[in-house]
Amino acid sequence: MSDTLLEVDDLRVTFPTRTGLVQAVRGVSFSLRRERLGIVGESGSGKSQTGRAIMGVTPPQAEVSAKKLAFDGMDLLSMSPRERRALRGSRIAMILQDPKYSLDPVMTIGRQIVETLRTHEKVSKAEARERALAMLQAVQIRDPARVFDLYPHEVSGGMGQRAMIAMMLVTGPELMIADEPTSALDVTVQLDVLKILDKLVAERGMGLIFISHDLRLVSSFCDRVVVMYAGKVVEQIKASELRDAQHPYTRGLLNCMPRIGFERHPLPVLDRKPEWAA
Amino acid sequence: MTASITVEGLEVVFDRFRALKGVSLEVREGESYGLVGESGSGKSTLLRAITGLAPVSAGTITVNGKTLGKTRDKAFYREVQMVFQDPYGSLHPRQTVDRLLQEPLAIHGIADGEKRIERALDEVGLGKGFRFRYAHQLSGGQRQRVAIARALILEPSILLLDEPTSALDASVQAEVLNLLEEVRRRRKLTFLMVSHDLAIITHMCERLMVMQNGEAVETLTASQLIGHRVSEDYTRNLLRASEGFVRA
Amino acid sequence: MTASVVLSRREWLLSDRPASRLQARLGRAYVAWRRFSANRLALVGMLIIVALLVVAAFADVLAPYSPTVGDLKNARLLPPGAAHWFGTDDLGRDIYSRVVYGARWTLYVVILVAIIAAPIGLLVGTIAGYAGGWTDTILMRITDIFLAFPKLVLALAFVAALGPGIENAVLAIAITSWPPYARIARAETLTVRNSDYIKAVQLMGASPFRIVLRHIMPLCISSLIIRVTLDMAGIILTAAGLGFLGLGAQPPLPEWGAMIASGRRFILDQWWVAAAPGAAILIVSLGFNLLGDGLRDALDPRSGDQ
Repeated sequence: MSDTLLEVDDLRVTFPTRTGLVQAVRGVSFSLRRERLGIVGESGSGKSQTGRAIMGVTPPQAEVSAKKLAFDGMDLLSMSPRERRALRGSRIAMILQDPKYSLDPVMTIGRQIVETLRTHEKVSKAEARERALAMLQAVQIRDPARVFDLYPHEVSGGMGQRAMIAMMLVTGPELMIADEPTSALDVTVQLDVLKILDKLVAERGMGLIFISHDLRLVSSFCDRVVVMYAGKVVEQIKASELRDAQHPYTRGLLNCMPRIGFERHPLPVLDRKPEWAA
Repeated sequence: MTASITVEGLEVVFDRFRALKGVSLEVREGESYGLVGESGSGKSTLLRAITGLAPVSAGTITVNGKTLGKTRDKAFYREVQMVFQDPYGSLHPRQTVDRLLQEPLAIHGIADGEKRIERALDEVGLGKGFRFRYAHQLSGGQRQRVAIARALILEPSILLLDEPTSALDASVQAEVLNLLEEVRRRRKLTFLMVSHDLAIITHMCERLMVMQNGEAVETLTASQLIGHRVSEDYTRNLLRASEGFVRA
Repeated sequence: MTASVVLSRREWLLSDRPASRLQARLGRAYVAWRRFSANRLALVGMLIIVALLVVAAFADVLAPYSPTVGDLKNARLLPPGAAHWFGTDDLGRDIYSRVVYGARWTLYVVILVAIIAAPIGLLVGTIAGYAGGWTDTILMRITDIFLAFPKLVLALAFVAALGPGIENAVLAIAITSWPPYARIARAETLTVRNSDYIKAVQLMGASPFRIVLRHIMPLCISSLIIRVTLDMAGIILTAAGLGFLGLGAQPPLPEWGAMIASGRRFILDQWWVAAAPGAAILIVSLGFNLLGDGLRDALDPRSGDQ
């Protein structure tokens, strides 16, 4: 089982609210090799909380439990917060939707990348700078030296997201969790960013968990897709076989989006069955 | 066919930033017209300029034969209504659905309020059970239905739609799009719809204009777009992007 | 049986789909009340204020003696005892009775100031915030001028000009306390002015007056209520301060500040003369502060899903 990078068995995330406990994730299980796995679901499906639980950045009031949550054979839940922190950023990295909120606004992009690198590895300043510049180059920023000295608010959304990817990849993580990494970007920029991500993941042999609401985008980008509904996994399927999806929810999701060249008036709508959530 | 909205050489400047650089378009009566573009293309600004929410510095806007000046009168708002993008921001947080729908009737002094509110709620598929709820008791899709009901209650002939479904889940988006098509057919409305999603625009509109950086790139019919008969590279890029990720 | 009735009433109030305007409004009030009553200290604060109201309403019944006429011959400066619970002052008046009647004057000051200052502040703030431009600049500079002086000093100047007396003290305090409300109302207005729901009302053809009055003001009111409640303690203290300086309530009115002022002369030998009204001011101020904190938790639109 050495090729299994991440194993998730019966993951549950519970939030206390004024009216009682709410389970955002209710028994999610999947395993990940060095591949691209998509997690798809609509708002409230628990897809983001699943990613956060693996990353270990669940809000403190929430409770995370699982039969097994293991990264490279190490049990994540029994780890001390300190070990978890060391893992985070060095071997597991996360990209969030909006770079504006995830980059520190008062530090230049270059310095943030250097800081990230130097907290996880013992490298000299000069070497860290070299590697940061190389990383900016790798995410296809044309003038890395100039962007190195810019503040996050001085760059466009697409550039910010590339910088974010550079920062996350500079330590050479083995697992990358990307939560809606391109949803805030324009469609044409979106594809550029995805291309970069795809290339880096392939070159470095990383495992990628790509969390998104966009089933079509995920299926065109990932090898395998996990479809979530109301905190549960309703279907796991190879992206290439998505057209033969069994679960009515998956099929409904695929069908209900308008497509160029397929005239359907009215659009088929999703008939939500209570037993899907059961 | 007569023109419902005619825009000629429209310029909008915010603090020396030219958001619109001389855009012209014509929407025919009963037509559904789409504006497609990425952020900063000026597509939403165009809608806002028509409603009077954005400052027009040059050009003319004509709605139903009347050329608009600097201010809009009440009669204008009975002809033109708008649905906003964010269903969480477009409903007053302290008002019930009932109060939200009553407000336009009160402003325009319309008497048969009770009947109109019930009919409007029925029309958008919400029914009486939702009438006295506050916005926070509604889901995103339900909120957008309320916003549509509010826009329809004055019985306008033109509906401006500013990315009405981009904040919604895909399955809810389908329901709202279907609803919009249905009310358009029933009330013979003219639509001017803004979206960044080519698929939604081709689904909803007969004709469309592609915009970039405050300028019109090209004007197409939906069937031209479906047949990939486009002349500009930018439009071609958008088309390619809308098909999803393709591994090289 | 009663339990099930209570339960169903609660369900009716908390219903997701209210069937009438009244039910929706009551449901909302009930949620706010539950949030408020979950805060013990806020309940204590409310209890104090309710007690103040009761004491003021039933002062005639509760006070055993006249607040203004004393027994100069037999009862001068008596220490607290069975006949005079809080003792008597230098004119032989029963201090307990004076404190009880003083509740009326305290309420009179507080309520009058609140109903004069809060609406002025609300109006100035929302108009300035919504109109923007020159209107905003002019209104806010006026506000700044008022804010530039210390409150008590400005109030002193006004009373000195208007002449001493409790009505003039109220007026002076009101004139000096509206600017912070205008600031709050303006800040709230600025945050909602550009929201889509205000734009939606504009697109209905609503006049600016209607938008400010019916759509913006209701959003400002809760933060204003909170602020006014928290300011009540300050108003009481300012009124007491003016009374103490002889510029507020005039003798023989049983106003708490004035009572402390007259007790000052014998504070070392007959401490109770000043202590009783002092304690009353302390408790009522505390009550208003606790109530204000509770209201903030219950009404603040930013907390929770209200």
